[in-house]
Amino acid sequence: MKKKGFVDLFFVFLLLYLFLPILATMFYAFATNWNKTVLPEGLTFKWIATLFQDSRFIEAFGRSVLLSGGAVLLALLFIVPAIFVIVLYFPKYEKWIQAAVVMVYAFPGVILAVGLIRAYAHIGVPMIAAVLGAYVISILPYIYQGTRNSLRNVNARQLLDAAELSGASKAQAFSKVLLPAVYPGLFAGALLSFSVLFGEFVLINLVVGSRFETVQIYLMKKLSTSGHIASSVVFVYLVLMGILTFIISMLTKRSKGAQKV
Amino acid sequence: MTSKKQLFVWILPFLVLILLFFIVPLLYMVISSFSNGHGFTLDHYQEVLTSSYILQGFKNSITLSAVSAVIALIVTLFAVYAMMRFSEPVRERILMISNLTSNFSGIPLAFAFIVLLGNSGLFTLLFEKWGIDSLTSFSLYSWGGLLLVYIYFQLPLSLMLLYPIYYGIQQQWKDAAALLGASTFHFWRKIGVPIMLPGIVGTFSVLFANAMGAYASAYALTGSNYNLVAIRIGALISGDIFAQPELASAIAVLLGVTMIIAMLLSEWSIKKTRRNL
Repeated sequence: MKKKGFVDLFFVFLLLYLFLPILATMFYAFATNWNKTVLPEGLTFKWIATLFQDSRFIEAFGRSVLLSGGAVLLALLFIVPAIFVIVLYFPKYEKWIQAAVVMVYAFPGVILAVGLIRAYAHIGVPMIAAVLGAYVISILPYIYQGTRNSLRNVNARQLLDAAELSGASKAQAFSKVLLPAVYPGLFAGALLSFSVLFGEFVLINLVVGSRFETVQIYLMKKLSTSGHIASSVVFVYLVLMGILTFIISMLTKRSKGAQKV
Repeated sequence: MTSKKQLFVWILPFLVLILLFFIVPLLYMVISSFSNGHGFTLDHYQEVLTSSYILQGFKNSITLSAVSAVIALIVTLFAVYAMMRFSEPVRERILMISNLTSNFSGIPLAFAFIVLLGNSGLFTLLFEKWGIDSLTSFSLYSWGGLLLVYIYFQLPLSLMLLYPIYYGIQQQWKDAAALLGASTFHFWRKIGVPIMLPGIVGTFSVLFANAMGAYASAYALTGSNYNLVAIRIGALISGDIFAQPELASAIAVLLGVTMIIAMLLSEWSIKKTRRNL
């Protein structure tokens, strides 16, 4: 009993540690003045209103959604099918994907930024396209993990064989049996990828800079000018990410429900 | 045979993407690190290895990454264990929330810690009010402050990676062990932990790499003042006046080599622990 309490302590600590900074930042967005006192002197909607009147912020938000969403979409279109085909039909080459995953991890944004600048900055390639491509590659670990885990969990190979033995065509076995089974894992991977990219700052800042102002770059600029506006940005960002997470989890649940019928 | 060729079509775009946006940039970076504009040179590497400032940056990054990874790993190992008693929907909700906090990294995270522990942060004021001098002297813009921030962004990642590993421990195994007379402690010591060990080592390596490459939070907190490898590279590649892209390339290559060694070490230990099972 005593041991359980000890373990619970870590769980409570984890939750507190994760939420305290978020709550404080969100609170700060509504504080009139919070420099001398432990609690804010008053509450106001002034900062949030100011933020939404700033068209630069709205545009930055649009750019972030476009860039991150575009990269995830490209990954789902081009990387996921490749992982499926390799895992299911060329398993001996799977170690190459794993090597690629490890390499992508080993070479984070700051290294890739140097490479992209050296390779493409002086030959007229739009650098935003280079960043988009690098984004698609940088989420490979999350996409691979999501795809691979779900394939392993459902015993994909046996599942496909069983479906084909029962008279399904290859395409049917794939779309009616395998895809619904791995869909939640895939979606989780896509969601994680999107959230990682949405918070990405290194590549976009070092390679493209202020010419393509995303939410992160906008926030970085506000950090030194207005703490209240900065926390409003973080507030809006977190609320929208929360809504997004909720919608996606609903979609995932619905797809699971449909599968049971 | 034709079907295999058809299947290959699905892999082709992936290969092109990897080539264009990963291999080619890295090759250019390596070439650039050995180039002085007209030909081959080792000058940039010599400069890196003889500059105590750059070497200090490597040391700072490695310590910060390892310490933050170990702390996050220990906290989440116990936290996930505590979490497993909840029903699966509840656990999934917790994971979803933790996923949400994993968005909270980089610039927003640095800002949140400024709100809490910055010069006029919530806790800074509290400590002053209570007169806890030892805590009042704490500076967010130092190694200790960076460590707190790094631990924060390690936690959700660690939780997400460890959860499936715990999940792999089947209830039947626990039941079987209990039937044969093993206590909970025995089960974890003899069965649970050995099974999970490779996963734990793998998680550590991911966390370590994650922190080694982190740039944004340190940049937002300390600008280019605190000496980390990633910060040095950023300053050298983007500096308007003092840009030294070749030197930046050389440091980036060495950072890459450090990370590859870390990855190989972890792969090796995973294989070793598996053999011991």
